[in-house]
Amino acid sequence: MDYRTSEEIVGPRGEDTLPASASAAVKVVIVGGFGVGKTTMVGSVSEIRPLTTEETMTQAGVGVDDIAGIERKTETTVAMDFGRISLNEQLVLYLFGTPGQERFWFLWNGLFEGALGAVVLIDTRRLEVSFDAVGRLEERGVPFVVAVNAFPEAPVHPMAELRAAMDLPDSVPLIDCDARDRASSRDTLLALVRHLQSLHPVTPETP
Amino acid sequence: MSESGRAWDEGGPDRLYTVNRGRAPEEPRPVELVSLIVARAEPEPGMAPEAAAVLRMCRFPLSVAEISAYLALPVSTVGLLLAELLGDGRVEARAPVPAAVLPDPELLQAVMHGLQNL
Repeated sequence: MDYRTSEEIVGPRGEDTLPASASAAVKVVIVGGFGVGKTTMVGSVSEIRPLTTEETMTQAGVGVDDIAGIERKTETTVAMDFGRISLNEQLVLYLFGTPGQERFWFLWNGLFEGALGAVVLIDTRRLEVSFDAVGRLEERGVPFVVAVNAFPEAPVHPMAELRAAMDLPDSVPLIDCDARDRASSRDTLLALVRHLQSLHPVTPETP
Repeated sequence: MSESGRAWDEGGPDRLYTVNRGRAPEEPRPVELVSLIVARAEPEPGMAPEAAAVLRMCRFPLSVAEISAYLALPVSTVGLLLAELLGDGRVEARAPVPAAVLPDPELLQAVMHGLQNL
């Protein structure tokens, strides 16, 4: 048997603990195809070393013999990287980088529920790997911005061309970013928050 | 680092069964991925090691996702473990800010200020 004593289970390092006053959390999900830099972005803005969580998912089998009319189900364990930003003494933001296998993003129970919004990361050399993310977020009504991750070797395309290629409505912000860079990743998150603010019918009064 | 196909040491099905005392994971989850959990009791001898570890690591608030990462257990399994601890009053859960359809302007202001201070 593979028992562990509780002492063997290592919790957060001292510097990774939240203040006792932390009272609520919000989350943002970073989506996009495999290898577009989701994990990199989580790592560049997170105040903690990114962690990995996992979930077991049950999926109905595809293309299975249906002799007895019994749905065959397969269990898959999906891992996801996440990071954390303490916004103030009370409020904490968690950033989740969806797993590479895109068919699992929306099966993850509770991942998108209650999320403030999402960032769709794209690599201009492989736009198609992020198409699915855009479509599924639209279907679900999750607000999002699209960020073009600046890979050094990737060709630069005019934004209007990218917008057309992705069939992205004008209402969705399309921005440049460098997922490796902390300030750039932060600005991407700020662009998402501004977009969320713009979705409010009434502009909040500034004090 | 590969994003997919990462090997996970789940400790085998026995361990998951033991942690959840054989309950099916279909029960509703009282906590969410980013609920913050705070311990309200000290670990006691004879507790399941995972439960004792949760009480130890949650002396300061910690999200369900972080607990899952440190325990190397699936989020749903951790949810069941926490449901029991919540039922016993050994931990407290601080629910995430409900985003509803559109997040509250004040919440967005707070997020904006927090990010600008990074």
